[in-house]
This record gives sequence, structure tokens and C-alpha cells, in this order.
Amino acid sequence: MKLNGAEIIIACLKEQGVDTVFGFPGGAVLNIYDALYKHRDSIRHILTSHEQGAAHAADGYARSTGKVGVVFATSGPGATNLVTGLATAYMDSIPVVAITGNVTTQLLGKDSFQEVDISGITMPITKHNYIVKDVAQLAAVIRNAFKIAREGRPGPVLIDIPKDVTASLAEYEAVKIDSYVPSEVAKQSALEKTIKLIGESHKPMLYVGGGVIRSAAQQELAEFIEKIDSPMGVSLMGNGSIDAMHPRFTGMIGMHGTRVSNIAVSNCDLLVVIGARFSDRVVSKASAFAKKARIVHIDVDPAEINKNISTYHHVIGDVKVILGKLNSMITMPMVHGPWMEQIAKWKAEYPVKIAGETRRPSEILKALSRVMPEDAILVTEVGQHQMWAAQFYRHTPGRRFLTSGGLGTMGYGTGAAIGAQVGSRGKRVVNVAGDGSFRMNCNELATISRYRLPVVVLVMNNHTLGMVRQWQTLFYDERYSETTLDTEINWVALAQAYGVKGMRLGIDDDPEAILTAALSLNGPVVIDCEIPLDNKVYPMVAPGASIEDMIEEEIN
Amino acid sequence: MERYTLGILVNNQPGVLSRVVGLFSRRGYNIDSLSVGETEDPKVSRITIVVTGDRPIVEQIEKQVAKLIDVITVVELTLQGSIQCELLLVKVTTSGKTRAAVVELSEIFKAKIMDVTETTLTMQITGNMDKVASFLHLLRPYGITELVRTGMTAMERGSQAMVNHRDED
Repeated sequence: MKLNGAEIIIACLKEQGVDTVFGFPGGAVLNIYDALYKHRDSIRHILTSHEQGAAHAADGYARSTGKVGVVFATSGPGATNLVTGLATAYMDSIPVVAITGNVTTQLLGKDSFQEVDISGITMPITKHNYIVKDVAQLAAVIRNAFKIAREGRPGPVLIDIPKDVTASLAEYEAVKIDSYVPSEVAKQSALEKTIKLIGESHKPMLYVGGGVIRSAAQQELAEFIEKIDSPMGVSLMGNGSIDAMHPRFTGMIGMHGTRVSNIAVSNCDLLVVIGARFSDRVVSKASAFAKKARIVHIDVDPAEINKNISTYHHVIGDVKVILGKLNSMITMPMVHGPWMEQIAKWKAEYPVKIAGETRRPSEILKALSRVMPEDAILVTEVGQHQMWAAQFYRHTPGRRFLTSGGLGTMGYGTGAAIGAQVGSRGKRVVNVAGDGSFRMNCNELATISRYRLPVVVLVMNNHTLGMVRQWQTLFYDERYSETTLDTEINWVALAQAYGVKGMRLGIDDDPEAILTAALSLNGPVVIDCEIPLDNKVYPMVAPGASIEDMIEEEIN
Repeated sequence: MERYTLGILVNNQPGVLSRVVGLFSRRGYNIDSLSVGETEDPKVSRITIVVTGDRPIVEQIEKQVAKLIDVITVVELTLQGSIQCELLLVKVTTSGKTRAAVVELSEIFKAKIMDVTETTLTMQITGNMDKVASFLHLLRPYGITELVRTGMTAMERGSQAMVNHRDED
């Protein structure tokens, strides 16, 4: 049957099972939005305040559901507004398909109104991108884009479509899309060598990243650490791979990791790295990282092997498949009694200190852990509150912790929370924000309000850009250059202006009571949550130092 | 630091060269030489890139390039295992006194004389890096007015075609 380009786009989205799209209309996507209007019963469009919010929403939708997130934007500024969202998704390997309109093919390259070379701009921040100049290619490109976005190491894909292509006709034939099956098959010899290395180890340690969450390998992971009798730490992205209360869990590794994780990595004789990429925030000083250990790297992306840290052995493939195979190959459970006792001793000796300064943030996040249902989704912005949320919230296995790890995008949370809530209407979604991050994209309160999304935004308000201030305190002799946010903003009134309930959580209030009250409203809420100005994130590894050298909180 | 030659087969799509070159620049890899053109299959282009780096860096480059969706295969072409050559056009200042000497040099190096004026001689030479370098070294004293080179291009020796290479890992 002959369809125009816009109809083909909608038909191809339906082939992929897409029922939700985030976006913002404009001149170059008028045809697409016209087709969307006709199909509004089967594809729901969420209109955000700004394309950046839509891109983050598609990302949050993808992270929380495991499906591909889809975002529409018009040409020129619409397309450039997606850039931060796409880069965020790229750095954290999140499957997103962005569809942008462009000026007509005759006007391309002529600096036409609202023309921008978005495929050129997004080349370094997408897994792949396209500009479709022939409507006959459109369906094939869209199908490929979805495949690329979700297969192997996932990532964002952008499709730029000139306006005339969305109007011209082409033959369209529906195709049935197969569900994704991991195609990367690990070599048997690589698996056997892994087992051998584990067998030779007396002091194994695991460093687990977001790959375990992406491939839903939490069960296999839990079985694996029992079988090899090992402790495990995570990167920021690895939160959600295991219950944070699990006795084998040692917390995060790296800059704001726990002392026990960092000591364990530094003293183990075998470090098994699963679905992680040796980010500088984990590794810090590369020459000092896990220097007593053989490193075994298990990852889906061959290009990550020996990129930042050279490894002793590696296995390429889907981590769920690999862990499943390794589990079945380990017939005799291993025992590392003295090492596990040592870990337990370190754990008792070096808890993440919650006395003194950081008590208030930890109290608030622990209260939040208690009042949130287990399947609730925690979203963060970027900064101190993000690290506290990573450290003190009780993470449970699942796609429940959405945070911008690689790019560190302030302003990510509000959009991502919208995406998560739209993707899982029955679940509770809380965005833990800082006052600095929240003001970046608080315009999306309009979206939360428009769709009556029961998102709770918990603004941890210290009237400063806290993480930058922390560095200024520690490394810049307290010269607080441009980090003080002392403009009086009435966040409660701001929320109300958007039709969102505003609440206050004062410094002496009981966080559990107020958070319970906020969640019980079952509607959108912004909580202005006062915290002390100079709370810091501890422990901390100074930039460039070995992860064993941690700055601790001064206890007062 | 050593020189490595990479043969890269890519889909003949608009923008593919910019994807490959962009990857080199944003990851901080230096390109010493680059050449590109269509292959026996018009849907496929072939890029030859010469880079200088340490072994681990070159391995990382290969893996990152191989990840690009439009890249079909990447193969490292060793000096021993491949034929490598490039083409140069060079314009040399000559006078009545020096012309004969330059012509003699061009004969030794099997360079072709493409253009002659009263004051210059323009030659074309093809060859590997060493041959070209020594030719230029010997021409330099006469005065090189202009020089243009295509960049190194390379093909494996033996009966196998690069398209048949399979990733080992």
C-alpha cells in the first residue's frame, strides 16, 4: 500500500511496538504530527516544555522499562535542543531513537530557516545516525535504527527526515519485528579460562556496572557471587544490580565509593569486572588501580577491553548469557573464608560515616527508602544529592535507579522522571534533585502537571551548587566563585504556579512523615527540602589519587 | 611509537568518511596519511589510513573504527605482508644547468615527467614510503616549488581479499 513518509514513520513505530512518543512539534515535523493526530489512539504523544525534557524523558522511559525510548523534534533549534539528552543517553548506553524533521531536500545546505546539520552535530554522541533523502528508504532506515539502538551495547540513534520526504509517497509493507536475542556468543575457551582464574584466586572481588541492569542479569549475578564466594562493589550505574543490604555488597567503588570497596579492589588478587567500563570516576589513578589483581573483563563491547585499564583476560558477550554459562560450569562452589572474614572486618571498621555533617541528607534518603514501595523508581539530577542517593538509598535489583552517570547532566532528572512515570503508571517515581539542578529544567513541571503525573520532586535545597562548592572548599581555599544560589526562590509557590502541590521539609521536620504525606497525595508534588549549606559527600578520592587514599569526613 | 597501516572497508554512504575521520580526531588519534576510493563493488569504499602510535592505541583505534555501523571490516596491513604505495606530483625548480641532473634522478626512480617549463619540471612518482622519501630528499637541493601526494594506499599480498577477513574476537 502507498503511504506518505509521515504515515510510514507511524506505521514503523507501531511495528516496533511503540505506544509512547515524547516530543515537541514544529514546522518541519508538521506532516509527522498530522499523521500522529490520526493515530493518536494507538500512539500517545507526551508534549514537554522543551525538547531537552523530551529527550531526557525518552531516556528515562527506556532506562526504566527496557524498551526503546522515542523522541520527536523539529528542525534547527528543536534538533539542537536534543543534543544534551542524546549525549546523556550515549554515555550511559541507553536505547533511544530520535526522529527530527529538517527543511526540504531542495533547501538543505543553503542555511535555510531553521536548518541545521543535526546528523553532523550528533555524529559523536549517537551510536549511529541517518538523514533520509528518499522516502523509499524510510521504512528500512527506521527498522535498522531500532535494531541498532537496542542490540549489543545499546545507544541513541537519530533519524533526520527532510519535510518533503514526510510528504512523498512510497510503497509500504508491514514487517513483523523479532524480539531481540543477544547475538554475541562468548567463546567456550574464554569461559573456561575465566573459571580457571577464579579457581586460582584466594581473594576475588567483583566490580559490576550498568551492563548487568541492561541485560537483566541480576539473578545470574546473585548466583555467581554465591558460587565463587566473593564480595562485590558497583559503579554508580551498577546500583540496581543487587540489593544494597546484601551481605556480599560492599557499595560503590571509586571517587565516592566506600572505603571497604576501594580497599577490596586494591587488595584483591582477582577483579572480575562485569558490564562496566573502567570510568575515571571509578578508576581514578589508573596505574594504582587493582594493582595486585589479575583483571577479568566481561562486557558486550569489545572496544571497552583494554581501553582505560589493561586486563589479564576478557570475555565478550551478553553478560546475562555469560553469567548463566559460568554458573552452570561451576560445579563445586568455591570458598574464600579468610578473605570474606577480612571483608567483613573492613566493613565493620569503615562504614560510610553518617555521624556529623552528612547526617541530614542520609536521614532523608533513608526515610525515603522506608516509605517507597519496593518497585518504586528513584531518579536523580547531578551533584551531591545524586551521590547521597547512590550511597544511602536502599537500591534493590531492577531498573529502578535512573541517573546520568557518564555525562553528569544537571537537569536530567525532571525529564527522566516524566519518562519513567509515563512508562510505568502504577509505580511511584521520585526525583531527588538539588536546587541547582532542578532550576535547569523545572519548566517540565508544566508537563508533570499537564498529564497529572504523580511524580514527587524532592529538592535538596542547600542554596548552593553543592558539589562544586565542596571542591572549592577542599581544593580552592574556599573561594566560592559563582556557586552561591542566594536568590530567594519560593519553590512551593513555583510548584503551585504550575498546578503542582508544593510542600516544605524543614531542617527539623521528620522526613518520614512529610515524605509519606507527599506520596499519599498520589499526585505531582514538589518538596522544598532544606539541608545544611556545607554538607559534603564523603568519603572522597581526590582527583588523580589512588582510590585507596580517601578523604574522610571530619567528625564533629 | 610506530607506524601502522589500516585498511578499512566501509559502506559507500554519504558522510561515512567524516564518521571515520571524526572518530580519529575526537579520540585524539593522529592520521599521518589517508586515501579513499571506490572498490570493485560500487556499494563499498576502501579507506587506507596510516597512523603513528603505540600497539595498544592502534588496537583501540581498530576496535573503535570497527564499531562504526558503516564499517564493514578493519584490517591492519603490515609492511611485510602488504603492497603499499602512494602517488606524488612534484614541481622542481630547474635551470638549463640543473635540468639534466633532475631528469637523470627521475629516470633512476622511474618517475614520469609530466610537464616542463623553462624554469620547472613536474614529475609523477609512485612508490612506498622509503622510495618516495629518498626521491624527495635528493630533489630538495634543487628547490621544490610544489608537492602533492595522494596518501598511502595498501593491499595485502597473497590470494585473499580483505572483505573475507573475519573478526578474530
